[in-house]
Amino acid sequence: MDVRLTSEQQQLRDAAAKLADDLGPGAVGELDDGERVARLEKTVAATGWRSLRSDGASGVEVALVAEEFGRGLVDVPFLGPVLADDLGHGDATVVFGAIAPDARGLRRGVWLDGDRVTAADLGEASPGVDLTRWAAPVAGDRTPADALDEDKAQRAHALALVVTAADILGAARGAFDLACDYAKMREQYGKAIGSYQAVAHLLAESLVLIEGSISILRYAAWAVDEEEPGVAAEAARVAKVYCAKSAHTICETSIQVHGGIGNTWECAAHVYLRRVLVSTGLWPVSLKEISVGLS
Amino acid sequence: MDFRDSDSELAFRQRLRAWLAEQAPNFPKSTQEYWARQGEWHQSLHAAGFFGATWPKEFGGLELPPVYDVIVDEELARAGAPPRPSLGYLVTGLGRHASKELQQRFLPGMIDGTQRWCQGFSEPGAGSDLASLTTTATLDGDEYVINGHKIWTSYSDVADWCLLLARTDKDVKRHKGISAFLINMHQPGIEQRPLKMINGVSNEFGQVLFDGARVPASQMVGNPGDGWALAMTVVGHEREPSTLGYAARYEKTVNQLAPRGTPSDELAWATVQVHVLRQHVRRRLSEQLDGISHGPEGSIDKLLMTWVEQSVGHAVLAQTGTTDTDLFNTYLYSRSQSVMGGTSQIQKNIIAGRILRMAV
Repeated sequence: MDVRLTSEQQQLRDAAAKLADDLGPGAVGELDDGERVARLEKTVAATGWRSLRSDGASGVEVALVAEEFGRGLVDVPFLGPVLADDLGHGDATVVFGAIAPDARGLRRGVWLDGDRVTAADLGEASPGVDLTRWAAPVAGDRTPADALDEDKAQRAHALALVVTAADILGAARGAFDLACDYAKMREQYGKAIGSYQAVAHLLAESLVLIEGSISILRYAAWAVDEEEPGVAAEAARVAKVYCAKSAHTICETSIQVHGGIGNTWECAAHVYLRRVLVSTGLWPVSLKEISVGLS
Repeated sequence: MDFRDSDSELAFRQRLRAWLAEQAPNFPKSTQEYWARQGEWHQSLHAAGFFGATWPKEFGGLELPPVYDVIVDEELARAGAPPRPSLGYLVTGLGRHASKELQQRFLPGMIDGTQRWCQGFSEPGAGSDLASLTTTATLDGDEYVINGHKIWTSYSDVADWCLLLARTDKDVKRHKGISAFLINMHQPGIEQRPLKMINGVSNEFGQVLFDGARVPASQMVGNPGDGWALAMTVVGHEREPSTLGYAARYEKTVNQLAPRGTPSDELAWATVQVHVLRQHVRRRLSEQLDGISHGPEGSIDKLLMTWVEQSVGHAVLAQTGTTDTDLFNTYLYSRSQSVMGGTSQIQKNIIAGRILRMAV
């Protein structure tokens, strides 16, 4: 048993983090910078990470990229195409509930309908609650494609939970970093607000939630390919529930630590919160679905 | 990256599983019985070769990688056995700070369970602010004379020995004047008074009054004034769930609750939390393979562990309320987790100050 990331996995994570830091929106105002988005799109396309699965990568690698892209609020598709690729369709994006949630610049949607992979053309994509990912409705005729065996279908579902959980964890980390920076810089009563226990303890709690999320997500991401499908599915549900609940708290904490500024459009805290809540609602998991007890 | 057992890990797990199946009829049936037979359990777990995974062979350990502790915890929980004895922080404290001579004399008995130990740190006036302790150690010939009052002393009722913090120098500031001693509990100058806790148990915590108790100067750990460094090592390790083996205790409670009535959201959430702790411990122990020794990160682990234990406590209330005395006592006991070994508020101060670098 050795659950550390391999050096290749660390390199992939670092590369994804650097790309997101260099070309992601550094501030809310940059969301509308079309030239930046075009550069980001070109760079992400060139990495080939959208086809990680068909290139043989494990759930761990996909989750690492998704997490760093969530942290950096990467506003070109990744989650959608990488899950579509997992279903055997390149140059497409995944559909959940007749909507493709990550469809900017993409015209073809694909999803798992029972055990059948189904594809359809998409309508125009537009930003919604999530300011970083554009959604598009299914518009064309549905074309049933190949059937997946049950094992593969369960793993595909587990991967969808893991990738959304990774995106959620990343966005939570982004919101947390923003709050920590602000708490060190903003002064009241002549001292940085982070020096007050009332503020500092909120941030300490957020860090504990992040560390717990990292631990459970790493296992679930590994389990996608390595455990029995039923075990992988349960691990994915547990990770999704924990990451989603934690991230919700962390993002709300970030808004609170920012005070009045945190409630303005210009502060990115709400952008992270929006992304977390949208990803939580994709393949959502409720506590009722958790098998109680441990084997 | 591999969450699976290696061949040798699997062989160890299977041996342990078989041994636990033999022991199962003999597991304690109640909390009272658990406390009464804790020493016996420690000795039999060690004698069978399943306790002290990471410690040196010369002191009775197994010299195995830290992940073996995870295997032990998982199998203990699976079998419904009592958890591993909580000893890692004392062994680590002596391992890092005591002379070879003291280690050779005391560690084997500590590890094999033939000698029971307690830790005399907290005092009525020195809880979170440990450095304000007032118990004194005064040199008299080649012995120190101890006077003072310790409290929250775990296992003081059964302890043969105590790792004691006392002030040897009143003229230097706070933590600089504190020294550590290994003192024999069986002597006239020591009085032990049990503390009855809210779950009705009197076996775990005690108060210890020192009135002219004596300890040879040769049983001081390190030099005069070195006590604080040892205390920080001990409390740092006391804060890691991987050291304590508590994950097993939580898994056992959740499994007890699972068949008791319709599963509540509280029980589902406790299950999720225990899964998280299990994987968190695996991650932390794997990181130790890099030689990372956790300092302030222990406070993250302690806080996570506290939330897990208290969510398990709330699951008890949701599933069985006040109807099952033993389970209800498990709930009551969970309230102490956010106090002992450093309160949750102190852990958050450490995380904010030393990890997040807020000027708390």
